[in-house]
Amino acid sequence: MPMTEQATGAHHPQPRPRSGGLQQSATEHVTGAQSLIRSLEEVGADTVFGIPGGAILPAYDPMMDSTRVRHVLVRHEQGAGHAATGYAQATGKVGVCMATSGPGATNLVTPIADAHMDSVPMVAITGQVASGSIGTDAFQEADIVGITMPITKHNFLVTRAEEIPRVIAEAFHIASTGRPGPVLVDIAKDALQAKTTFSWPPVTDLPGYRPVTKPHAKQIREAARLITTAKRPVLYVGGGVLKAGATAELKVLAELTGAPVTTTLMALGAFPDSHPQHVGMPGMHGSVAAVTALQKADLIVALGARFDDRVTGKLDSFAPHAKVVHADIDPAEIGKNREADVPIVGDAREVIADLVQAVQKEHSEGHRADLNAWWADLDRWRESYPLGYELPTDGSLSPQQVIERIGRLAPEGTIFSSGVGQHQMWAAHFLQHEAPATWLNSGGAGTMGYAVPAAMGAKAGRPERTVWAIDGDGCFQMTNQELTTCALNNIPIKVAVINNGALGMVRQWQTLFYNQRYSNTVLHSGPGADAKGPSAGTRVPDFVKLSEAMGCYAIRCESPEDLDKVIEEANSVNDRPVVVDFIVHEDAMVWPMVAAGTSNDEIMAARDVRPDFGDNEE
Amino acid sequence: MSKHTLSVLVQNTPGILARIAALFSRRGFNIDSLAVGVTEHPDISRITIVVGVEDLPLEQVTKQLNKLVNVLKIVELDPVASVRRQLVLVKVRADNETRSQIVQIVDLFRAKTVDVSPEAVTIEATGGSDKLEAMLKMLEPYGIKELVQSGTIAIGRGARSITDRSLRAVDRAS
Repeated sequence: MPMTEQATGAHHPQPRPRSGGLQQSATEHVTGAQSLIRSLEEVGADTVFGIPGGAILPAYDPMMDSTRVRHVLVRHEQGAGHAATGYAQATGKVGVCMATSGPGATNLVTPIADAHMDSVPMVAITGQVASGSIGTDAFQEADIVGITMPITKHNFLVTRAEEIPRVIAEAFHIASTGRPGPVLVDIAKDALQAKTTFSWPPVTDLPGYRPVTKPHAKQIREAARLITTAKRPVLYVGGGVLKAGATAELKVLAELTGAPVTTTLMALGAFPDSHPQHVGMPGMHGSVAAVTALQKADLIVALGARFDDRVTGKLDSFAPHAKVVHADIDPAEIGKNREADVPIVGDAREVIADLVQAVQKEHSEGHRADLNAWWADLDRWRESYPLGYELPTDGSLSPQQVIERIGRLAPEGTIFSSGVGQHQMWAAHFLQHEAPATWLNSGGAGTMGYAVPAAMGAKAGRPERTVWAIDGDGCFQMTNQELTTCALNNIPIKVAVINNGALGMVRQWQTLFYNQRYSNTVLHSGPGADAKGPSAGTRVPDFVKLSEAMGCYAIRCESPEDLDKVIEEANSVNDRPVVVDFIVHEDAMVWPMVAAGTSNDEIMAARDVRPDFGDNEE
Repeated sequence: MSKHTLSVLVQNTPGILARIAALFSRRGFNIDSLAVGVTEHPDISRITIVVGVEDLPLEQVTKQLNKLVNVLKIVELDPVASVRRQLVLVKVRADNETRSQIVQIVDLFRAKTVDVSPEAVTIEATGGSDKLEAMLKMLEPYGIKELVQSGTIAIGRGARSITDRSLRAVDRAS
């Protein structure tokens, strides 16, 4: 669902049926707290993840009576925040989380920063101490507006009850339009308690906020001219294409131009993995074909992507031969890292739709480059260096195989979330990403612990879908408390703990760059223990027992023979959350890899294997 | 590194100065001078920022500033086509011997003496930074006891106003 078309308040008021039978714009006499809940109902916020506390307490009283807003009581505010982003990415709507002042609010900082990096539409509502006490170091006071200024798209401090409907309407509008992002609304307790009136829609006032969505026609024509004359073009697709709901348009453009498509970590599912023009993911752990395609390209068409350092590697040696068409809804992204030859500011869907027409026009005038030689190269790289893995020789489980089988056995339309680390990259590589809004992960911020609460949010928003969290044992220990929330609130997610007993990605770097000195990356045993392998570990904590204690159905899988049976068992249980503790080989590594700070030309297909690019032929 | 003068029109909301200052620091830009004041429209303030950056990073900081929801408009003022002024108040050591020499310098720079005491005079001067620097250099030998300077403010020459259109946007919304 395109996020730019959401009902977000007064700018595009959308009348909706009301259970109370009151007329639109009829004035209601309410408290600030009631006004807040009424505003949330009017903007269409059907689910709120949160925890009450002193300053936000007035809001929780009318929340109890709302039939249109479901509140999910989480166990930690970080869980509420990630649940809101999971909900947002799975549904295309704005995710909402709520917390009290002070520590409640500061616990939201990580998920807000995460949403900011990944441009996820989210509204965080926090209680604040009474306006008269602000600035006095009152109990549970924190300057959350000041703290979140650099990690929100915008934030508000509300000290008067009558401002609440306007601010909520503006917050949802800002969060969901333009480049989406998190907006924080901090409301003083006395504003929640005061008497006020409520009417909807409120008059909003955002003269400084005018996102440009319509691309410039001249730039589109210039881009089409480059696309149709380039000999080695690549479509470099980022998360903006998913956020704009532009996947159908992308497929048309790709097939029209015949160019290879690479989808970033944030864009997996924007273009089907199974499509013959898909060359994989770019970047540090991208496919050899995708990384090399960008390095050798003479034209990069960046669509809703931001030339992140994890994609470009060492920036000054990235794609040295390429001209760049850069389309993004955020003008500040264009030219930030890589200079653009053709800058296009606009919504990805409108940009791609316009590009399709402009390219068709070029084709009708006989301008079309022959890409056969380019595809011969691309196919050679794809065939020589496919993604793959070796099974462990000791009969233990391969983490890549576990993830691949979960993907193959998952029901149609399954939504996957992942934490951050090796399992995340394997999930990117070995799940089949075919459809939009089925892959949730923390890309920009790299927040360990994202998977479980994000899966919870996705399942709350899309209860009809199967939701699998692919998690690592390190990540899982950061946020697993939300399994209790899932068990008690009928949010039956499934969690695969890819348990290698270690902080696997850090361990991989220690293996490669720190002489196999495994400082503080072994999780299953204490210092000085002889950690020979996961089976030698202490099993502290015992994830099966831990999950059972939180009301989940829990299974352990240690052997490849049991793998499919265990996954099918997990898929068959749908009345409560399921956790599978997959004990996997600890020495598995993520390949390909471009070492941090080096050029993408230095990509290693596997350890000590540098691809032969046929450089000598050129 | 070259100096650029940005005029930033903002909605007069609490915290706007913090938002702008924080943006400069977290994106790694140093503000040389900053001056804030309300415009002819009471809801709009104008922030004049002098920043030392190259052209490309300037474009980036301008774009980032534009993303702030309370920022209405940013204009870079061309040094040739604009008037820029700073105000200094400076307290200079002065006795019966030196006072007349100091007053002469004040006159040369078309500054004003705003306070006199047996040991010091206080001078008010406005102008561009070059003129003020020259005056301070002349005063230095007498002994500068205290110096306070405002940020630079600047306005474009000619009949055009950069606030016209922004004001209309606010009027429309309210």
